[in-house]
Amino acid sequence: MFLNKDNTSHEKKKELKLFGEKFREIEAWPGAIGEKFVDGVRYIGGACILLAQTIFWLFITPLKKKQVLDQMDKIGVNSLPIVLLTSFFTGMVLALQSAYQMQRMSAEMYIASLVSLSIVRELGPVLTALVIAGRVGAAITAELGTMRVTEQIDALEALATNPVKYLVVPRFLALVIMLPLLTVYADIMGILGGYVIGVFKLGIGSNMYWKMTYDPLVFKDIFTGLIKSLAFGIIISIVACFQGMNTEGGAEGVGKATTIAVVVSFIMIIAADCFITALFYFAFRV
Amino acid sequence: MIEIINLCKSFEDHLVLNNLNLNIKKGETMVIIGRSGCGKSVLLKHIIGIMKPDSGQVIIDGVDIAQLEQKGLNDFRMKFGMLFQGAALFDSLNIGENVGFALYEHTNLSKQDIEKRINECLAHVGLYGIEHLKPAELSGGMRKRVGLARAIAVNPEIIMYDEPTTGVDPIMGDSVNDLIISLHDKLNVTSIAVTHDMVSAYKIADRIAMLYEGKIIGVGTPDEIKNTKDPVVKQFITGAAIGPITDKKP
Repeated sequence: MFLNKDNTSHEKKKELKLFGEKFREIEAWPGAIGEKFVDGVRYIGGACILLAQTIFWLFITPLKKKQVLDQMDKIGVNSLPIVLLTSFFTGMVLALQSAYQMQRMSAEMYIASLVSLSIVRELGPVLTALVIAGRVGAAITAELGTMRVTEQIDALEALATNPVKYLVVPRFLALVIMLPLLTVYADIMGILGGYVIGVFKLGIGSNMYWKMTYDPLVFKDIFTGLIKSLAFGIIISIVACFQGMNTEGGAEGVGKATTIAVVVSFIMIIAADCFITALFYFAFRV
Repeated sequence: MIEIINLCKSFEDHLVLNNLNLNIKKGETMVIIGRSGCGKSVLLKHIIGIMKPDSGQVIIDGVDIAQLEQKGLNDFRMKFGMLFQGAALFDSLNIGENVGFALYEHTNLSKQDIEKRINECLAHVGLYGIEHLKPAELSGGMRKRVGLARAIAVNPEIIMYDEPTTGVDPIMGDSVNDLIISLHDKLNVTSIAVTHDMVSAYKIADRIAMLYEGKIIGVGTPDEIKNTKDPVVKQFITGAAIGPITDKKP
C-alpha cells in the first residue's frame, strides 16, 4: 500500500484552512464584545453631554412658556387615562393577590397597608415611568428621528436656532414636571383600586381600610417615590431625545431608534429604581 | 466672498471631501454639479457651518466659520438662507410659522410686521394666502417654494439651494429655476446651488464647478463647461454611461 502524498497534503491544507477560519471566528468574539462595550460607553457619554447641554440651555435662556405648556399637555394631560387604567388595575391585582395569603392568616386588614406601601414606594413611580416611556418616549424619539432624517434639525441650525434649546429643553422640562405629578395621581388611583377590592369584595370596613392605608406611610415613602419619578423623567427625556436626534437611515432608522429608546429607557428605569431604593433604604436609614 | 481652502471631511473610513478648493464671488450664482453621493450636500453644510471639517478653512467675508463658537456661528447664519432638498419644513408648524420662523425667534419685530413680511415672501414665490395650511397639505413643488420663502424671509446675503429641482416635474422645475433667477436679480444675493440637473445648471449659473472624488476638477461659465475638454466633466454633462467615471476600477 502506498500513501498518496498529494491527497494527504491537499487534505492537510483543507484542514488548516478550516482551522484558520474557526480561529478567526473565535478571535472575533472579544473584538465584538469590545466593540459593543465601546458603543455602550459612547452612548452613555453622548447622553450625558446632551443632559449637560439641556441644563445649560434651561438656565441660560428665557423659557418658551407656550412650548413647555404644549409639551406638558401632550405628555401629562394626555397620559391621564392610561395611567389611571394601569395603576387602578395594579391596585386591584395587588389587593386580590395579597388577599389570597392574608385570608389564611386572618390578616385581611393589612392588605390596605401592603397596597399603599407597594404602590407609593415602588409600583406607582416605576409602572408610571414604564407606561410613559412606552407612550411618550417612543413618540418623542419618532418625532425627533423623523425631523433628523428629513433634515428639519439641520434646517433649525441653518435658521440659527440651537436644536437642544428648541426641541430638547421643552420636552425635558415637561417630563420632569409632569412625571412626579402623574406618579401622585397613579398612587391615588392605585390605592383606590385596592380600596375597591378590599371594601367591596373582601368586606374590610371603609374607615379601617383608609386608616390602614395612611398609618404605615411616612414622609420618606412619598419622598423617595417622587425622587424616583424625577430621576425617571430625566432618563426618559434624555434617552428619547438623544436617540431621536441621532437617528440615521430613513424610515427604518426611525423605527429602530424608537425601539432602542424604549428598551434603553426601560432598563435604565429599573436600574435607577434599584439604585435609589438602595440609597434611601440602606445607605440613608432614617 | 467665500473661500474654501483645502477642505477635508471623512465619514468613518470614507473620504468625502479631499482638499477641496473653491472661490465664490460676491453676487454670483455658482452651481456645483457632481454625481449623486459625491459630497455636494456635505459641502453646502460646511459652508453654512452645520458640519465641521476635519481640516481646512471656510472663509466668508474674511472670517473662518469653522473656528467660530456657537453664538458667533448663529450670528453668521442670519446672513444665509438655505433651501433643503426636501424643503425640510417643520411639520408641527403651519406655513406662516415656518416662513416667519427666524423672524419670530431672532428679531424683535412686532407680530404685524412679521406677518407682513411672511405675506411678502409667500407672494414672491407665488403662494400668497396659504399661511394657515400645514406642510402635509402641500404638494412637493409647493413645499419647495415655501422652503424658498422661508430662506429669503431674513433678507439673506447668501442663498443656498440643495438640489432645487429634484423631486418636482420639469415644468415646476423650470418655475423654480425662474424663481432662483428672479430672487438673485431682485435681492442681489450670492447664490450657491448644488444639482445634477444640467438644464437647471446652464439656466441659472454664472459659473459651474464640478465636484469629483472630493475635489473641484473644473470651474467655468456654462459655455466653458459645455465646451470642456476634460473627459470626466464631459462624461457627466453629456450623461454618457461609458467614460472615465464609470471605467474607474473600484
